[in-house]
Amino acid sequence: MTTRVPIAEGVFTWPSEQPRLLGARCGDCGTHTFPAQPGCPRCGSEAMGTVELADRGTLFTFTTQGFLPKAPYAGSETEADFAGYAVGYVELPGEVMVETRLTALDPGSLRIGMPMRLVVVPFRTEPDGTEVMTYAFAPAGNEGDEA
Amino acid sequence: MNVAIVGVGIHPFGRFEGVTGLDLGAYAARRALQDAGIEWRDVQFAFGGSLAGLLPGSDESVQADQLVNLLGLTGIPFTNVHNGCATAGSMLAMGAALIESGQYELGVCVGFDRHARGHFNVRPEQTGLPHWYGDLGFMVTTQFFAMKINRYMHDFGITNSTLAKVAAKNYRNGAANPNAWRRKPLTEEEILRSPMLNYPLTQYMFCSPDEGAAAVVLCRGDTAHRYTDRPVYLRAVSVRTREFGSFEVFAPGLAVERSHSPSVDAAAACFEHAGVTPDDVDVAQLQDSESGAEIMHMSETGLCADGEQEAMIRAGETEIGGRLPINTDGGLIANGEPVGASGMRQVHEIVLQLRGDVGERQVPGAPRVGFTQVYGAPGVSCCTLLTT
Repeated sequence: MTTRVPIAEGVFTWPSEQPRLLGARCGDCGTHTFPAQPGCPRCGSEAMGTVELADRGTLFTFTTQGFLPKAPYAGSETEADFAGYAVGYVELPGEVMVETRLTALDPGSLRIGMPMRLVVVPFRTEPDGTEVMTYAFAPAGNEGDEA
Repeated sequence: MNVAIVGVGIHPFGRFEGVTGLDLGAYAARRALQDAGIEWRDVQFAFGGSLAGLLPGSDESVQADQLVNLLGLTGIPFTNVHNGCATAGSMLAMGAALIESGQYELGVCVGFDRHARGHFNVRPEQTGLPHWYGDLGFMVTTQFFAMKINRYMHDFGITNSTLAKVAAKNYRNGAANPNAWRRKPLTEEEILRSPMLNYPLTQYMFCSPDEGAAAVVLCRGDTAHRYTDRPVYLRAVSVRTREFGSFEVFAPGLAVERSHSPSVDAAAACFEHAGVTPDDVDVAQLQDSESGAEIMHMSETGLCADGEQEAMIRAGETEIGGRLPINTDGGLIANGEPVGASGMRQVHEIVLQLRGDVGERQVPGAPRVGFTQVYGAPGVSCCTLLTT
């Protein structure tokens, strides 16, 4: 059986049937952050508590990565097999916009304002076969690509 | 503000072998001193800005004040400035404040840098971000520019063709600038067909890190005629940082509540302080890290309303000879971005344009009011307003 580990602890709930991103909510002004942080970027309060963020939202903007990034990028691709990836901000209504990988790569299949849902997908495979998992967002109409 | 620029100097921008950033800085500083007709020993204070030494894998000096070893150990106060893309503007702001305070009358600001290809790849921990953010491939500044312009194009009807027109203009202007790095004009078609680096931006729409230096000599305004018969006056300089809700680079999360860019605040403060309006501007230098940035900065600085860029650029209004010439020296797209020097290059070009002796790329009609704007990581902007 393949061992799967999250890219880091405390970024999303894992393992879970319905994974959620972990952020923080300010007890004083209600501002949400992603990831969780100890001070509020809006009012400066320290009353930040960890919360599970919404797993659905809309695509605020996006781009594609057309060249293999240098360090600190930790993907396992090489120049020869780099297929690119899409990145966007998904607006979780009333909470926060999160920067995320998108499961769709073709810009033609992405549309600003389209509904998106959280998924957890493999990011890279370690030499011992362990799969490192990351959060990503998929177009909400597409139900076939969850890990 | 009672401050004049009486000397400017530049080292060409590009890639150079067998020199250090300090060499480039010293070259630009000497040119500026020569232009003002003064010697280094006349200078009462100096600011120096260079960021390369702070970036991973660099062997450049981390201290601009090592320049005094090359220019002369005269004992003056020399302050190192590291303020991201606003480094040059921050030097001007502090230099102007020292003169305004009455403490000094004559000073030099010099910015320089030498960046290798891909030099802006910083580690997440250096900007207070978690390690996984870098792992996943988000620490790529070009993604930020692409996502900002993609949304802007959606909201305000800017087309890909207009993105290409901006880059083509800047390469064309660069071809007429002997100090520029990219001096080969490129057609809109060549720009659109170059590899898609980050949708919707292609390779030739981006500027690249490179090397260069620029310097200015500042003096108290009422003494300017001692040094030159064509002083240019620094009427205002303003630096602003991001507010909550601004769309910024290297942000795993952004506020749902949207706010404007720091360039909006910096430009508004600059115009207000100078007592002029954006309509008065005859020539402008805007941060064009890529073509989309120039388009968005036109409206963020108040030079036009959101969405007007499409028609303005199609009509050639931002060309030399147009109603509002922008980036007449080729901007960052043709000059590259040695961060510490970049904002000073903008000021250098405006001074030459207002003096009226910039040759082939001279804006016609004796421009009297010039404006500069930089924007960059980590969400900082600086604007200057210059007049004859």
